[in-house]
Amino acid sequence: MGKKSVEMLVGIFVLLGLAGLVFLALKAANLGTFSSGDTYTLRAYFDNIGALKVRAPIRSAGVTVGRVASIRLDPKLYQGVVELAIQRDVQFPTDSSLRILTSGLLGDQYIGVEPGASEKMWAPGDEIKQTQSAVVLESLISQFLFNKAADAGSTAPAASAPGGGKK
Amino acid sequence: MTDAIAAVGRRALEVLRILGHHATFFLDILRACPAALRRPYLVVAQVHAIGNLSLVIILASGLAVGFVLALQMYYALVTYGAAESLGLIVNLSLTRELGPVVTALLYAGRAGTSLTAEIGLMKAGEQLAAMDMMAVDPRSRVLAPRFLAGIVSMPILAILFSSIGILGAYVVAVLLIGVDAGNFWSIMQSGVDVRRDIGNGIVKSIVFGFICTFIALYQGYEAEATPEGVAHGTTRTVVISSLGVLMMDFVLTALMFSTP
Repeated sequence: MGKKSVEMLVGIFVLLGLAGLVFLALKAANLGTFSSGDTYTLRAYFDNIGALKVRAPIRSAGVTVGRVASIRLDPKLYQGVVELAIQRDVQFPTDSSLRILTSGLLGDQYIGVEPGASEKMWAPGDEIKQTQSAVVLESLISQFLFNKAADAGSTAPAASAPGGGKK
Repeated sequence: MTDAIAAVGRRALEVLRILGHHATFFLDILRACPAALRRPYLVVAQVHAIGNLSLVIILASGLAVGFVLALQMYYALVTYGAAESLGLIVNLSLTRELGPVVTALLYAGRAGTSLTAEIGLMKAGEQLAAMDMMAVDPRSRVLAPRFLAGIVSMPILAILFSSIGILGAYVVAVLLIGVDAGNFWSIMQSGVDVRRDIGNGIVKSIVFGFICTFIALYQGYEAEATPEGVAHGTTRTVVISSLGVLMMDFVLTALMFSTP
C-alpha cells in the first residue's frame, strides 16, 4: 500500500474519532444545552434540604434556569446552605421565594423559584432566607396519623364506635 | 528454615528485578519518542496497523454491546415505569466503564498480540540486531512509533465504541421497542456531564492504551528468540494486559467517581 493511501486511511480514522467525540459531547451529553460559564451565584438557607443533590436543576415555571453548585451546613444556624448557579440572563425579584420540590412521585428533587413582585432584583452573592424546606415523607405521614388519631379520639365517645378508629 | 527465608528473599529480589527491568525499558522508549516524532510517517503507519485495522472488531462489538445493554436494561426498567432512562444508563455505562475497558480488552487481543508477535519474530530473525549493527536504534525505529500509535489509537477506538454503542441502544430502544425518542435523548443529555463522564472515560482509555501497548512491546522485545518464546510472550501479553486493565480500571474508577 502506498504511503499516500495509508495517510489517507489514518486521516479518515482520526476524523471518525473526532466525529464520535462531537457526537458524544453534543448529542449524548449536556454541552450544547446548558453551559456553566455565564452564571451568577446566590446563597439560599434551608431548614431541611431533603435529598437535594449537587447539580440538581433550579426551575422557574418548569424551565431549568440553573443548577445547584454546592451544599453545606451552616455550623452556627444549623441550616443547609445551598449555592445556586443561575444563568446570567435570568433575574428574579428580591421577594421571590425558593421551594424544594420533587419531580414526579419518586423523581429527583429540584429547587423551584416562585417570582415575587418587587422592583429590585437579586444581585450576585445575595443571601436568600425566604425558603420552604423539602417535604419529608415520614413527618408528613406521622402528622397525618396523629391527626387521624386525634379525630378518632374526639368522635369515638359520642357515636358508639362506628368502626372508624378500630384496629 | 533458612532455606525457606532465602527462597522468600529470592522471590522478592526477582520481583524487584522484573519491575526495574520494566522501568528501564519504559524510560528507553520515552527517550526514543522524540526521535520517532521527527519521522511522523512511522507513527502514522503504525496508527494504521493498530487503529484502522482494529476498527471493524471495535465497531461490531460496540454495536452488539449497545443492542444487548438496551434490551436487558429495558426489561429491568420497564417494571418501574422508567424505560425512558434507558439512554442515560446505556450512555453512562458505556462512556464510563464499558467503552474504555472492553475496547482495551479487545485491543489487547487484536493489536497487542500482533505487536508482540511482530517484535518477537523481528528479534528471533535478528532484524533488531541487524538494525543495531547499522547504527539504527531499534527503539526509536521500531518500539517508539508503535508506543505512540497505541496511545493515539486507543482513545479514538474507545470513543467510537461508546458512540456506536449508544446508536445501537437507540436502534433497539426507540426503533424496535418504541421508547419515546425525545425522552431517550433529553434524559441522557441532562444526566451526562461532558467533563466528568466523557472526559474521565477518555482519560481512562489513554491510560489503558499506555498499559496495553507497553506490555505488548515489552513482551515482544524480551521474548525468547524461539517459536515457543514468541508464543509465550503473546499469551502473556493478553493475560497481563487484561489483568492490568481491569485492576487499573478499579483504581481509576475509585479516584474519578467515588464522590457523587
